[in-house]
Amino acid sequence: MSTETRNEKVVKLDADGHLANREEWTKELAQEFANHEGVGVLTDRHWVVINYIRDEFEKKGDAPSIRKLTKESGVSTKELYKLFPKGPAKKAAKIAGLPKPKGCI
Amino acid sequence: MKELLILGAGTAGTMMANKLSKVLGPDDFNITVVDKQETHYYQPGFLFIPFDIYTKDDVIKPSGQFLPGRVKVIVSEIDLIEPEESRVILKNGDQVTYDYLIIATGTELRPDEIEGMTEKLWRKSIFDFYTIDGAVALSEYLKSWKGGKLVLNIAEMPIKCPVAPLEFLFLADDYFKKKGMRDQVDITFATPLDAAFTKPIAAAELGDFLKKKNIKLVTEFNIGRVDNEEKKIVSWDEREVEFDLLVTIPTNMGIKAIEESGMGDELNFIPTDKHTLQSENWDNIFVIGDATNLPSSKAGSVAHFESDILLENILSAIDGKALEAKFDGHANCFIESGDGKGLLIDFNYDTEPLPGKFPIPVIGPFSLLKETKMNHVGKMGFRWLYWNMLIKGRELPMESQMSMAGKRVPPKQKEKTKKIHLN
Repeated sequence: MSTETRNEKVVKLDADGHLANREEWTKELAQEFANHEGVGVLTDRHWVVINYIRDEFEKKGDAPSIRKLTKESGVSTKELYKLFPKGPAKKAAKIAGLPKPKGCI
Repeated sequence: MKELLILGAGTAGTMMANKLSKVLGPDDFNITVVDKQETHYYQPGFLFIPFDIYTKDDVIKPSGQFLPGRVKVIVSEIDLIEPEESRVILKNGDQVTYDYLIIATGTELRPDEIEGMTEKLWRKSIFDFYTIDGAVALSEYLKSWKGGKLVLNIAEMPIKCPVAPLEFLFLADDYFKKKGMRDQVDITFATPLDAAFTKPIAAAELGDFLKKKNIKLVTEFNIGRVDNEEKKIVSWDEREVEFDLLVTIPTNMGIKAIEESGMGDELNFIPTDKHTLQSENWDNIFVIGDATNLPSSKAGSVAHFESDILLENILSAIDGKALEAKFDGHANCFIESGDGKGLLIDFNYDTEPLPGKFPIPVIGPFSLLKETKMNHVGKMGFRWLYWNMLIKGRELPMESQMSMAGKRVPPKQKEKTKKIHLN
């Protein structure tokens, strides 16, 4: 018998691979998504962005665009791409447990 | 006497002026339209100018001939909108007050938003085709171009007419083939999206077209700057794409007056109720077309479908009734695919473009998400329809609400789950 107890949890994903039920999000889950997206260990700067977009989603019902992010979160575009390479708006939303931003149609 | 003011006499503003002048009695309402210019552009035609399919004369007409006689037209730029005072201040010094305001000021191209874009290569090796001047300059340049690396780049979303970049690529492939120099031209499409288009089923279909036409696709490319010395575009995450000829779709933004009036979001688009088209902040202001922040395509067809909804809701507002007409995000776009063929897509907020027949199930005559000669005929015939029916506010045989009739719905995907370990 294993001495280590492992809590396993199964969460539902939507068609884009984002968390289907926002209520199931936890900080541990955020780190899991970050590993999967190649973002690595989440630092304080990552959390500035994640917390900002979760607040915005709470208020507006959609994750903010990169422009809004850089204007209001205090993280520059350059840094944002360092923190979340390639698509920061999309990757940060996924890690934050939010649906893919609607921004682009 | 009440005042109804429309800002902008593009596709949306002109349609609304025509529709409202038929239903608002001249003894009850004055209708005023403000626009910065006296020329109306058939914007879907700009795409064809670089390839000498249309000339400038094919896409311009005096605005006046599309506006009803009773409408007062003021030619001026807008300085400031003061929604609390129900007043607009114009650059020519006029102040116009209103009881009801319709904002139809569209988008502007902002190449200046990208570092290095408007420096020494601008309109020398870098062109846009979403403005008449850009399209004409590119047409001149292509006449004597010897070939090399052609790069098409979308700076950031949203852009108006999101299918036009793809159409440009398909037409470019066709154009260079016909000139017998396709092997001299290396074509690359660098897009901030993760696929050829925003909607998955259409993106897969259109991605195949790119492959067949030997057009390279670089995805998730968010342009940070243009290097004018080494002729390359560089993404924020330091990826590079070299070019000899760069065709850019620059950042699209609402006009500066919206920003200065404190009425817009970070791109100067106006927060608008996506179903009623009423401004989120002021009950006597309505917004239509590209100027809104709606999660729909920025396209003439969208403005057209919105115009029916907006007409109904403005009349309700005037009568003091609830706004009951609801816009569903309906868009309908012909996609020119080159060699005398085209595709057609029809979609809304909730339903992505699907295959099938349009507008009559099984019969068509148009095929959805499939390349046919008939779809090309539809696209080219649309210019006549636009000048003679659409902007004059006449009825077209099209419903403003999207219909599922004739569309084939793909089977639902299995639900995905993720197993996580919490130690």
